[in-house]
Amino acid sequence: MAQDRITNKLHSRKFTRNMVLIVILVSFIPMLLVSGMVLHQFSNSYNEKLYAHLKEMIHRHAQDIDSFLNERLHNLQFMLDSCDNVDLFNESVLQEKLFQLQQKYGDVFEDLGIINEKGVQESYAGRLKLENAQYSKAKWFEDALKKPFYISDVFLGLRSKPHFIISVKRVYQGKYFMLRSTINFEAFNFLAENLRIGNTGFAFILNREGNFQTKLHDDMLPSKKSYMDFISAGKKAKHGIYIGELTDDSDGKHIIYLAALLKNNDWILVYQQEKKEAFSDLIRTQIIAGVILFIGALLIVIMLSFLFHQIIKHLSEADREKEMMNRQIIETGKLASVGRLAAGTAHEINNPVAIMVQEAGWIEDLLKKEEFQEGENLQEIERALKQINTQGKRCKEITHKLLSFARKTDTQIQSVQVNKIVEEVVGISDKKSYTGITINSYKDQTIPPIAGSQTEIQQILLNLINNAIDAIGKKGGKIDITTRLEERFVLIVVEDDGSGIPQANQDRIFDPFFTTKAVGKGNGLGLSICFGIVKRMGGEIDVHSTIDIGTRFDIRLPRNKT
Amino acid sequence: MIAPFILLVDDEVTFVKTMAKRMAERNIETIMAFSAEEGLEKLKTNQNLDVIVLDVKMPGMDGLEMLKRIKTGFFRTEVILLTGHATIESGIDGMKLGAFDFLTKPCDIEELVSKVEEATKKKRAHDEKIKDAESKKILSKYES
Repeated sequence: MAQDRITNKLHSRKFTRNMVLIVILVSFIPMLLVSGMVLHQFSNSYNEKLYAHLKEMIHRHAQDIDSFLNERLHNLQFMLDSCDNVDLFNESVLQEKLFQLQQKYGDVFEDLGIINEKGVQESYAGRLKLENAQYSKAKWFEDALKKPFYISDVFLGLRSKPHFIISVKRVYQGKYFMLRSTINFEAFNFLAENLRIGNTGFAFILNREGNFQTKLHDDMLPSKKSYMDFISAGKKAKHGIYIGELTDDSDGKHIIYLAALLKNNDWILVYQQEKKEAFSDLIRTQIIAGVILFIGALLIVIMLSFLFHQIIKHLSEADREKEMMNRQIIETGKLASVGRLAAGTAHEINNPVAIMVQEAGWIEDLLKKEEFQEGENLQEIERALKQINTQGKRCKEITHKLLSFARKTDTQIQSVQVNKIVEEVVGISDKKSYTGITINSYKDQTIPPIAGSQTEIQQILLNLINNAIDAIGKKGGKIDITTRLEERFVLIVVEDDGSGIPQANQDRIFDPFFTTKAVGKGNGLGLSICFGIVKRMGGEIDVHSTIDIGTRFDIRLPRNKT
Repeated sequence: MIAPFILLVDDEVTFVKTMAKRMAERNIETIMAFSAEEGLEKLKTNQNLDVIVLDVKMPGMDGLEMLKRIKTGFFRTEVILLTGHATIESGIDGMKLGAFDFLTKPCDIEELVSKVEEATKKKRAHDEKIKDAESKKILSKYES
C-alpha cells in the first residue's frame, strides 16, 4: 500500500513535470520567437535612429566648423576689399583693423600681418614682435602662395603653441602679397570639443596625414592608425559621412565611429563613442525586456506547476473516490450474493434443524413416561435435550438474520423522525441496564422527517449499540448518539469509548460473516445488514476507530428532496 | 373439547412422523400426508378434519397453492402454515389467502398445539353456526 502511494506520487510528479514542460514548450517557443523578432526589429530601428541622429549631429558640426573657417576667411577678404592695399602696410591701420575684428569676434583673431612675396612680414599687428619675420621657408607659406586663399593645418610654429593660419593672397603693383591672421586655437578647438555625449562620446579633427588638429584628453587618446583604417574601411553615407565600428586593441571595447570631411576635404571631423554607452538605452531596454520575460516565464512556470499540482490532486482525489466507490460496489455485490445464498439455504437449514428439534422433543415426551423416570442418567439426558432445543433456536435466529439480510424491499418506506427513533432505541437499550455503560443522545432538533423504514433505522442503531456495548465490555464506558443536519444528509453518529477496531480490520468490518467476537457471540452479519440498509437508502456509513480510544460510526441518510 | 383431528402435510417424512407421534401424546388425532397432492386427497376423504398443519415449501404443489385449493373448495378446515423461511413474508402471504396462523420452523410443540387448539375451536364454532343455520332453515321449512 505504501509502495503504491510512493509509485503514485512519483508518477504524479513525472506527469506534472512532463505536462509543465509540454505547455512551456508550446507556449514559450512562440513567445520567445515573437519577443525575439520584436526585440530584433526594435534594435534595428534603434540602431538606425541612433546613427541617423549621430550623422545629423556630425553633419551639423562639420558645417559649423566649415562655416567658422569660411567666415574667418571672408573677414580677411572683406578687409582687403574694403580698404586700400597701401594702408594695410601701415601698422597702425593694421592694428586698428585687428582691434575692430577682436571687438567683433573676440579673441578669435590673434594677430594680422602683411607678408610680401618673399615671405617677409612687412607689417604686423598683434601681441608678439613678428615684424619682418621670415616665412619664406615655412611650409604653410609655400602652400599659401599657390592658392588665392589658404587655411593651414594646426602647427606650433614660431610661438611654440598650437595655432593655425588663414591667409588671402592679392596682387599690388604687380607683386603678390598676402594678408595673414593667426586664429586662436582655443576658440577653434571649442567647436570640436563642444561635441560631447555621455562619458565616452567626443569629437576631434584630423588632417589628411592623420595629425590631430584639436586637443585630446589623455584618457581619450585614440590610435591614429585606427582612424586611418576606419576612414579607408568605413562606409560612406549621406552627406559624405563615414560610419564604422572598431574594436580597441588595448581593452577590447567596441567603439563606433562617424567621420565627416572638412575644409575642402583637407580635414576630417571624427566622432567616436563606446558602443556600450551609445546603445546604453537599447541595452537597458533589452535587459528590462529580458527580465520581464524571465519573470513572466518564471511566473508561468510557477502557476503551471501550481495548477498541474492542483489538477493532479483533484485527479488523485477522484481516483480515490472511484476506488472507494468500486470497493463499495464490490461490497454491495458481495452482500447481494450472500443474500441470495442466505435466502436459498435458510429453508434447507431450517428443515433439518426442525427435524432435530422435533426428535429431541419426542425424546423429551418419551422421558416423561413412567418407565423412563427411574433412569440413571435422566437428568443428563434432559440437559442434553434442552441444549439441543437451545441450539436449534440459535440456528433459527441465525437463519432469521440471514433472511433479514437477504430481504430487499420488504419494508415500508414512510416519513420517519430520526430523533424519535434514536429516543426509542436509547430507551430500549437503557432498559437492558448494561452495567457501567451510559448511553447519551444529543439531538439536533432542526432535523426534518426523512423517507425510510423505521424498523430498518432501528435495526441499524441497535446493531451499532450492541457492538459498542461489546467493545466497551465490563470495564464500563459511554455511548454517545448524536444527530446533526447536513446539506444533503441527516447524520447519525454512534460513538463509543471502547476497545476500538484494529486498522487491519477496518476495511473488512462490513463484510458478511466477518466477526472478531467469540464463537457464539456474533455471527458477523450485524454491520453487513447496517451497510446494506444504508446503501439501499442511498446513504453512507463510515467508521473511524482508534485502538483503546474508541470507535465512531457516521451514518448519513439522505434528506428528502425538496 | 373433543380432541382435535388434524392433517400434517410436509415432504419431510421423519418430521411428519415424529410430529404425529408427539401430537398423539398430546391427545390430538393426526393423519399424515407427504405432499400437497396427497394432502388434498386425504382432505376429501376426511372432511371432518379440524386443522391442517401445512408446510409452505414442498416439491410439486407447494403449501400456498394447496391452501388456495382448500379455500376455493369450500372446505371449512383451518390451515396453520409451517414455514422453513424464517420470515414473516410467506406467513403473511398465507394469511392473506385465509390461513389461520403461521409458525416458523423449528417451532415449539406447545406453541403449535396451542395454535391447533385455537384453530379447532374456531372451526368447530364455525361448524356449529352453520349447523344452527341449517337447523333453523329446516325448522322454518317444517313450520311453514
